Amino acid sequence: MARVALENLSHSYSINPTNAADYALKKINLSWKDGGAYALLGPSGCGKSTLLNIISGLLVPTEGRVKFDEKDVTALSPEQRNIAQVFQFPVIYDTLTVYDNLAFPLRNRKVPEEGIKQRVSEIAIMLELEDDLSKRSAHLPADKKQKISMGRGLVRDDVNVIMFDEPLTVIDPELKWKLRSKLKELHQEIEVTMIYVTHDQTEALTFADQVVVMQEGEIIQSGEPVDLFERPLHTFVGHFIGSPGMNILPCHVKDNVALFYGHSIELEGPIIRSEGRCEIGIRPEHIQLGTNGIPAVVVRAADLGQHTMVQTLVNDTGVNVITDGKPLEAGTEVNLCFDPRKTRLYSESRIATAVAQ
Amino acid sequence: MKKHSQRAWLFVLPVVLLVAFNALIPLMTVINYSVQETFGNNQFFWAGLRWFEEILQSERFHAALARQFLFTFTILIIEVPLGVIIALSMPRRGLGVSVCLVLMALPLLIPWNVVGAMWNIFTLPKIGLLGWVMNNLLGISYNMTVSPVAAWITVIIMDVWHWTSLVVLLAFAGLISIPDAYYQAARIDGASNWAVFRYIQLPKMKRVLTIAVLLRFMDSFNIYTEPFVLTGGGPGNSTTLLSIDLVKVALGQFDLGPAAAMSLIYFVITLAVSWMFYTLMTRNES
Amino acid sequence: MKLRTLIPVIYILFLLLPIYWLVAMSFKTTNEILGGFSLFPQRFTLENYQTILTDPTWYWGYINSIIYASLNTVISLLAALPAAYAFSRYRFLGDKHLFFWLLTNRMAPVAVFALPFFQLYSAVGLFDTHLAVALAHCLFNIPLAVWILEGFMSSVPKELDETAYVDGYSFPRFFVTIFFPSIKSGIGVAAFFCFMFSWVELLLAKTLTAVAAKPIAATMTRTASSAGYELGLLAAAGVLTIVPGAIVIYFVRNYIAKGFALGRV
Repeated sequence: MARVALENLSHSYSINPTNAADYALKKINLSWKDGGAYALLGPSGCGKSTLLNIISGLLVPTEGRVKFDEKDVTALSPEQRNIAQVFQFPVIYDTLTVYDNLAFPLRNRKVPEEGIKQRVSEIAIMLELEDDLSKRSAHLPADKKQKISMGRGLVRDDVNVIMFDEPLTVIDPELKWKLRSKLKELHQEIEVTMIYVTHDQTEALTFADQVVVMQEGEIIQSGEPVDLFERPLHTFVGHFIGSPGMNILPCHVKDNVALFYGHSIELEGPIIRSEGRCEIGIRPEHIQLGTNGIPAVVVRAADLGQHTMVQTLVNDTGVNVITDGKPLEAGTEVNLCFDPRKTRLYSESRIATAVAQ
Repeated sequence: MKKHSQRAWLFVLPVVLLVAFNALIPLMTVINYSVQETFGNNQFFWAGLRWFEEILQSERFHAALARQFLFTFTILIIEVPLGVIIALSMPRRGLGVSVCLVLMALPLLIPWNVVGAMWNIFTLPKIGLLGWVMNNLLGISYNMTVSPVAAWITVIIMDVWHWTSLVVLLAFAGLISIPDAYYQAARIDGASNWAVFRYIQLPKMKRVLTIAVLLRFMDSFNIYTEPFVLTGGGPGNSTTLLSIDLVKVALGQFDLGPAAAMSLIYFVITLAVSWMFYTLMTRNES
Repeated sequence: MKLRTLIPVIYILFLLLPIYWLVAMSFKTTNEILGGFSLFPQRFTLENYQTILTDPTWYWGYINSIIYASLNTVISLLAALPAAYAFSRYRFLGDKHLFFWLLTNRMAPVAVFALPFFQLYSAVGLFDTHLAVALAHCLFNIPLAVWILEGFMSSVPKELDETAYVDGYSFPRFFVTIFFPSIKSGIGVAAFFCFMFSWVELLLAKTLTAVAAKPIAATMTRTASSAGYELGLLAAAGVLTIVPGAIVIYFVRNYIAKGFALGRV
C-alpha cells in the first residue's frame, strides 16, 4: 500500500514534441493518500489512460516523476512497482484453470504452494469464484473473466496500487452495477489504494472518494463527488457531470454585475475576474419556477419519475429546469428563479466568483 | 449466433461441384485401376485386392513409407519450432515487418521445379556455392550424387529453406493478433519470458500452428517435384520418397494397378494422420 | 547485435543465398560456369535473358503460366466467395465435415492422380488448354480461398447484413455494393495465395498441357534435358519465374499475415 504522488508530469507520444498539441499530458501534479479510492474521469482521448499507464509503469513519462511513498519509481518497471492493473478487456490465461490464473502472479514470485492455496481461496471467496476454481477460464462469461483479472491483482499482499482501466466496458448493464458494488466492498475490505479510469460519471462518482476530471491532457478539477457536482471549477466539469449537465448561459459583466439578457443575476459571491468570454453556470436542480424572475417559455417537459425535467427558452438560449411539480405544457410562460448560492460566473470557462464569506 | 439454414448449401454448391469434379472422378478412376490388371492395349482384368496385399507386404513399399515418415517427421520437428522462434524474434511494427515478410515469402513463390533446380545448382561440388565451400574451403567431402547422407541432408535443408517461411507467416499472424494488454498484464504479474511464451503466445498461436502442422504434414507427404529434380530419388533409392516411388511404378513400369493401389493406401494414411492431428489439436475448442 | 535481431537476419541470409547463386549464375556465360568456381560473374552477360525474351517457345511459357494462374484465381474466388459467406453466416447440415473434406483435397497424392486427371480432361476435350490447368488447380486453391475469405467475413459484424436488408437492399446488390468493399483486403490475400499456388505447381500443369498451354516450368525441364547443360539459361529462366510472385507479394505485404490470423480451423 502506498501514497501516490505525481510531480510535474507530462507526456508526449511524439519523439520531438514541439508545441502543446504534441503533449497527451500537460504538467500534472497530484497527491493521493494511501488506501483511498480515486477515479480519473474524462471523455475518451483526454489522457486518462496515458496517466494510468504512467502510474503503472507501462509508459515512461517524458518529464516529471512518479512517487510511491516518497520513493521515486519513475524509472521502475511495472513488476518492480508492485502494482496491479485490470484492463478494459478481460486478460486471462486461457489455457489455465481459474485457480491457476489466480495463483499465477504468486507462482511467478516464488511464493510457496501452501501460501498460494490459502491466499487464492481467500480471494476466490471474496470474488465469489470459489465454485469455478477448477474450471478452465477460457469459456467463462465476461464478468467472471473480469473478476479473475481483478483477483490476480488482489491475491498479492504486496500491491501498492490496483488500477482499473474502464474495467466494465464489456460487462452487461445489469451485471455492471453488481460488479461495481463488489469492487467498492472489496476496497473497504482490503484498503489498498485503487485508481479507477472511466468516462462514465456514474461509475466514477459511485466508486471514488475523490474524482479527478481531465480534459485534453489537463486536470481541471479534483475533489469529492459532491464538490464536483455542487461547485464545478470549470464549465466542462459542470457540463460533464450531472444529467442533464449544468446550464451554461452567455452573459455580460458590467460594473461587477452579471447580466443575462439584461436581467441582473445574483451570484454566490463577488466577481474576481471578468475578462474574455463570460458565462453563468447554474444546475437545473437549482432553478425554481416562480412568479417573479426571468421570463421564459416552456418548450418541452418530461416526467422523470420523481422529478420533472422542463426545457425552457429565454430568448434564444435553452435553460433546463428540474422541479418537483407537474409537467407543464409547451408554450406556457414561466419565470425562472436562480438560487443565488448556487449561481456562479465563469470567465473563459474557469470559475470567476469567490464564495461569499 | 449463426442462423440455421439449409439454403446455405446453394452458396457452397459451386465449390462442391468444382472440387468434386477434380477430386472424386480421378479418385474413382484410381480405385478402378487398383482392382484390375493391365497388359497394355487397354485390356483390363479383375485383380481384386491382390495389389493391395502385395504392396502391403512388399519391402519396397515399407522402405519408401519409412523414408517418407522419417522425412516428414524430420522437417516438422525442424520447421515448426524454427518458424516459431523466427516469428517471435521478428519486429512487430514498422518498416522491418514489411521487409521481413516480403523477403521471407520469396521461397514460397518459386515454382517447385525451380526450387529443385536452384538447389541442384547451389550444391554442385565444383561450381555450386555450397558444394564449393564445403569441399574446397571447409574440406568436407560433399557430393549428393555419391553420398546418400549428403543427399538426405540436402533434401531436408532444401525443404526447410522452402517451407519454414510458411510456418513463420502463420505464427507471426497469430502473434500480432495478441492485444498489448496481455503483455502488459503478464509484466505486471511478474511473468518470465518463458511464462509469457507458454501461457500467452503459445495458446494464442495454437490455432494457426494447427494449420501450419496440418499443411506441412500434407504437403510434405505429397512432396515430389523438388526432391525429384534435386536428386532424382538417388543415390540408389536413398531419397526415393513415396511420391517419387509411386511415379516410378506408375510411369516407369506402367504398372497402373499396383501404382493405383499404392496411392490409395497412401491417401488413406495421409487422411488418417491428418484427421488425428485435426481432432487432437481442435478437441479443446467449442 | 541482439539475438532478437540476429535471428531474422541470419534466416533471411540463408534464404537469399541460393537465390543469389541462381541470379549470379544467370549473368554468367556457359563457359564461365563450367570453367570453375567464381563468386561473382567475371564476364557479366545478359545473353541468357536475351535468349529467353526473344524466343517464343521460352516467353510463351511465361504467358501461358500467367494466363492459367490468373484464370484460376478468378474461378477460385468466384466460387469461394459465396461458399465462404455461407460458412461465416449460416449453420447447415454437414458444414463442419464439408470444411474438412475441402481440406483433404490437399492430401490427394497429385503424383499418381496425374494420369486420371489427364484422362478426365482429355475426355471432356479440355486437354492442352489454359482452362484445364486453371480448373485442375481449383482442387487445392478453392479450399484455401474459402478458408481465408471465411476468416475475413466472420470479422465483419452480422449487423451489417441486417441493416442492409432493412434498408431494402436485395442480396446480390448488398453483396456487391456493401459486403464486397468491407472484405477487400481479404479478397486481395486470397487472390494472392491462389495465384501463388497455381504459379508454383508443376506436375498437374505439365500433365494437362502439351504445346498450346505449356507452362514455363515445363519449358524449363524440357530445355534442360534436350539442350544439354545450359545452366546459365536455366538460371535466367528460374530468376524470371520469381519476378511475378515478388511483384504480387510487394503489393499485398500488409495483409499476408492478417489473412492467416483470421481463418478458422
